Amino acid sequence: MRDISLHILDIVDNSLRAGASLIRIGITADEQQATLTVTIEDNGSGMSAEMLEKVRSPFTTTRTTRSVGLGIPLLMAGCENTGGYLSIESTPGKGTKLTAVYGMSHIDRPPLGNIAETIASLVLANPQVDFVLTVRRDECFEFDTRMIKDTLQGVPITEPSVMVFIREYLEEGTVKVLGGQEI
Amino acid sequence: MKSLKELEEIRNKALAQIDIRKKGEGTRIVVGMATCGIAAGARPVLTAFVEEVAKRNLSYVTVTQTGCIGACRLEPIVEGYTPGAEKVTYVKVNPDMVSRIVAEHIVNGKPVTEHTIGYNEEKKN
Repeated sequence: MRDISLHILDIVDNSLRAGASLIRIGITADEQQATLTVTIEDNGSGMSAEMLEKVRSPFTTTRTTRSVGLGIPLLMAGCENTGGYLSIESTPGKGTKLTAVYGMSHIDRPPLGNIAETIASLVLANPQVDFVLTVRRDECFEFDTRMIKDTLQGVPITEPSVMVFIREYLEEGTVKVLGGQEI
Repeated sequence: MKSLKELEEIRNKALAQIDIRKKGEGTRIVVGMATCGIAAGARPVLTAFVEEVAKRNLSYVTVTQTGCIGACRLEPIVEGYTPGAEKVTYVKVNPDMVSRIVAEHIVNGKPVTEHTIGYNEEKKN
């Protein structure tokens, strides 16, 4: 994975397969702590304490077609390479919250990448799921598909002209908060 | 700055087009987006398809995504379904190929042979 936004696209797939109907994605750049934190919180089926123990291993997967899963191990290695960490809290029946912390100015930190494109892809592929994106630096930008769906009043969110609007809207919002240059 | 007001206008325009949709119904573009696809660059390909379809106003075409198609070394993989024709699988797709696939295959029904899985696998043998 070349950047953090691609990890998010990959990890959210776990939430989707856990049957989540609402997924909150948070991106916080904290200058004081010199950290870049990504959170992914879902209301899916959650995991048992036993599964939670094992989930960091590449040899743990829920899929039946093969016995390896690299999503979480790759993300964790990326965080730890920058002096950060990955933590996962989960309650069966309630949902899961994943927190990935990167050392902001560590030379090995991958760039954040195109968050707008990640969220737009998720919305397009999962129109029945609601997504909330919150981006924080000095200011805060929030995007919520429930608000978009209210405005659309029955027109599908996957309509190409709507999707183009969503991506541009997300791009403007994230660039405004995180700054014009690549973070 | 974009506003939800703008979204309302898009909504009204979309509503006006829903009747036209019947023609060509069932046309689908499916992009493989599991870990393998994403790592190989599938996301900008998906975005390019959405934008091309929107730009050409092809309201009867659905762009969607799927998991791992099973040939990870050939990702990004895109499948094109048009009514009354066989599924066409494109391999190692990049955003520059997108407008041609849409124009020749999706609109005019003539698959872009040199990017298909059959052509690429045969060439190697």
